Amino acid sequence: MAKHEYAFYPGCSSQKGASASNYLTSVESMCKTLDVKLTEIPDWNCCGASIGYAEAGELPRHVLNARNFALSEQNLPGQEIVATCAACWLGARETRERLTHSDTLMADTREALKEAGLTINEMPEIRHMVEVLIEDLGFDEMAKHVVRPLEGVKIAGYVGCQTNRPFGVAGESFENPQYLDKMVEMVGAEPIPEYEQKVTCCGGALAFSEPEKAQAQIKDIVESAYDHGAEMIVTPCPLCQANVEIYQGQINQRYGTKFNIPVMYYSQLMVVAYGGSAKDAALNGQVIKARRLEEIAAKPVKR
Amino acid sequence: MSANTALAEKYRNNFLKEIEEQVEMGDWVKMCMQCGVCSGSCPTNFQSAWEHPPQELFMMIRAGKREEVLTTTSMWNCTSCYNCIVRCPRKLPITHIMHGIAEYAHRIGKAPKMQATRFFSGLFWKNATRTGRVNELKLSMGLYFKDGLGAGIKEGMKMKDVALGLMKAKRLNPFELFGGHKCKDQKGIQAMLKKAYEIERSRKAAKMAG
Repeated sequence: MAKHEYAFYPGCSSQKGASASNYLTSVESMCKTLDVKLTEIPDWNCCGASIGYAEAGELPRHVLNARNFALSEQNLPGQEIVATCAACWLGARETRERLTHSDTLMADTREALKEAGLTINEMPEIRHMVEVLIEDLGFDEMAKHVVRPLEGVKIAGYVGCQTNRPFGVAGESFENPQYLDKMVEMVGAEPIPEYEQKVTCCGGALAFSEPEKAQAQIKDIVESAYDHGAEMIVTPCPLCQANVEIYQGQINQRYGTKFNIPVMYYSQLMVVAYGGSAKDAALNGQVIKARRLEEIAAKPVKR
Repeated sequence: MSANTALAEKYRNNFLKEIEEQVEMGDWVKMCMQCGVCSGSCPTNFQSAWEHPPQELFMMIRAGKREEVLTTTSMWNCTSCYNCIVRCPRKLPITHIMHGIAEYAHRIGKAPKMQATRFFSGLFWKNATRTGRVNELKLSMGLYFKDGLGAGIKEGMKMKDVALGLMKAKRLNPFELFGGHKCKDQKGIQAMLKKAYEIERSRKAAKMAG
């Protein structure tokens, strides 16, 4: 039996061929090393994300998240729900909070769920994968598995918004959370504590609908990483990763910059440091290739 | 009588009450003390300026400026970064109020029709709830083609390099256009959402009648 077991809510972007499929691959490799068992919630659905607000209304949005709670309770009773995506985590946590605090909303949700033959008896705990790593395993346990430290690699820890606000990781400040820098340190790389854009918004869904606004923000995030001598950026959020990585070409055209900096997931750094191959870490999923990590991943492991 | 006219008539000269009863988290509006921390913390207000930043919208609501508030593009600039929420000294759930006012303006047909984020927001929700899971390719295509075929092709060409980069990295699948990921119990999802809309509508109507 695995040391830690959770009901897993991977989210739409993590699916095969979707924008964060490399995140999921690296999380699976990471969890194998850490003896964490993730069981996918059968037939889970989209959380609605924050951007669905024009049509979602209040109750439909919470009912959508509650369906996942009900499926989790029915199929994986007693297990906490773990999400890897910032928006999935936030959406589900918000629903949990609202339903817990309003009997009316809870009753209405139950009535709507009945239409899908489902019910909720107990409110599940909703965790982000980084909470599991930090709180359930701890930095010592995470560090134990490092066999290939990412020595000399300077990495800007970009936390972004939705894993940080409004809920955040317990004990961290909204303005200057430390955990991502600590994770960079844990894999043997060099963090940049003075990276002042670590909680700046990447523009979220506006990267699609109003790209000029989002790209102005992304420019600041990338520029500051360069100013501090970073070789790559790391983030815990799929939309942060995509927005900060894939529009660098368009930003270069718009602003005459020469950005070309890889943007990684914490899980990818960990898999390489844990001795995994480039394939295990899904490094081929980067649009801007992380050459330095690919080189390290090709090296033999010091045991 | 249109939904908008009926609501305007019912809440005549009391726009604050209308917002309190009809908008999610609207009952928080009166708690604003006009410090402006939300406006100073907002990334899109900082970069390109809202027509009316949050604390201004709150004051306009109290001043009864119904038409100006409901038709502004302002709250559609929200990126859902939640910075205003965590910094508000009076703990107003500002992000949710912005979404709430936007949703209300959209619901009663007052929101600016071709505002790009309003369009995208509706598109996202419909895309996600149609099958239970987001189809990223159809979502992007739906946005690019919002102003018709010609504009769509032009918009698509602008995005060509981004799309090719993602395809090479196996993070965009062209075959999503012919199906893609979906939930098994789509019927259940539709039925449950239909019920949720019904309940929500009847609760709002009851408040209006009360």
